[in-house]
Amino acid sequence: MSIEEFATQLESEFEDVEPGTITPDTNYKKVNGWSSMHSLIIIAFVDVNFNVILNGSDIKSSETIRDLYSIILEKSK
Amino acid sequence: MPAYIKAISYHLPENVFSNDDFFKAFPESILHRDNYMKIGVKERRIVEKNITASDLGIEAGKALFKEHDIKPEEIDFLLFCALEFDYPFPTSASIIQEKLNIPTTCGATDYNLGCSGFVYGLGMAKGMIESLGLKNVLLITSSTLTKTIHDKDRSSRFVFGDGAAATLISNRETDEGISSFVFGTDGKMAEKIIIKDGGARNPISETSYLENETENGNISTNANFYMEGVGVFHFGLKTVPAMVNDLLLKEQLNIDEIDLFVFHQANLFLINTIRTKLKISEEKVFNYMELVGNTVSATIPIALYEAIKAGKAKPGQKILLAGFGVGLSWSATIIRL
Repeated sequence: MSIEEFATQLESEFEDVEPGTITPDTNYKKVNGWSSMHSLIIIAFVDVNFNVILNGSDIKSSETIRDLYSIILEKSK
Repeated sequence: MPAYIKAISYHLPENVFSNDDFFKAFPESILHRDNYMKIGVKERRIVEKNITASDLGIEAGKALFKEHDIKPEEIDFLLFCALEFDYPFPTSASIIQEKLNIPTTCGATDYNLGCSGFVYGLGMAKGMIESLGLKNVLLITSSTLTKTIHDKDRSSRFVFGDGAAATLISNRETDEGISSFVFGTDGKMAEKIIIKDGGARNPISETSYLENETENGNISTNANFYMEGVGVFHFGLKTVPAMVNDLLLKEQLNIDEIDLFVFHQANLFLINTIRTKLKISEEKVFNYMELVGNTVSATIPIALYEAIKAGKAKPGQKILLAGFGVGLSWSATIIRL
């Protein structure tokens, strides 16, 4: 899955986000209305699609979708 | 003779805390209503402050005796699982024994576990029946966790409800009952779900009631229930599929040979993700949390009761039960009704 597809598909998982809001360079935790539920949605999506289980530190240490994607690629090795 | 689950009943407190009540208490959360709905809870029952976990357990026990025509004299051992006990000592099981008119020849003890507690209890009951020769073990799993949740702890108030279940584990003359078990514990993650103050390690002090705000905006104190939601979600995804696969390997079964799965009803989003990971079809997973929420150690027997009532869980089927939570701890087994 490319980073662009990752951003688009993640956006569709967030039901309360306007289409086009999430791009690879979006600081996703600054998206309007960010809550812990969004963290769970990301962790579940990444686990099901990449077989990588992100933890709380991964979410905490990343800012953009690109940061998250890099962590996923690193953990996939 | 193998141990099996002979009967289940449950009891819920009367007070309902609906999602409408929740969004009135936390109006800012209504913006995320769609995401909250993924948790799978529409209402939960909340216990009165003067009611204890043993009180709910006694009501569940009475319901069991009445609904299944079981006499107190039949009980050889009483196991009481909770996170909130009446006194530091004696055991709440002693109080329950007396209130349920169970004879003094019955053994009785408490154990302190949360969401893994029901499956752990089945393991202990199986041991008592198959190794010690007991005939009937009464397992009461009860939770009044909402009494420990801070009023401003939004996430926990949405997820948890109170309730108790009473389960009779007996022996029978067939070769099928409760299978082998997988157990697990990781004390390194003990603080992921905890009430820090009020026990022997950290007695209640003035600082126990200082409010802390978590990064997700929930408020709690060291005297209240605390759960690191993201960490526990990660734990569930990492542990539960592996535990299910370990048990299947131990029992030499393929996942397709399991007729029904009843997971601890932590939240629907987590269960659905676990189901997707394990490639289990939706109709093979029974959930019952919409009207009761996460009732901790009572979720699995409540869901099992409702699965039996709905005709989804039937005698002869292989039903996999998996619990996971505070400890952190986890356990799974396969039962045949």
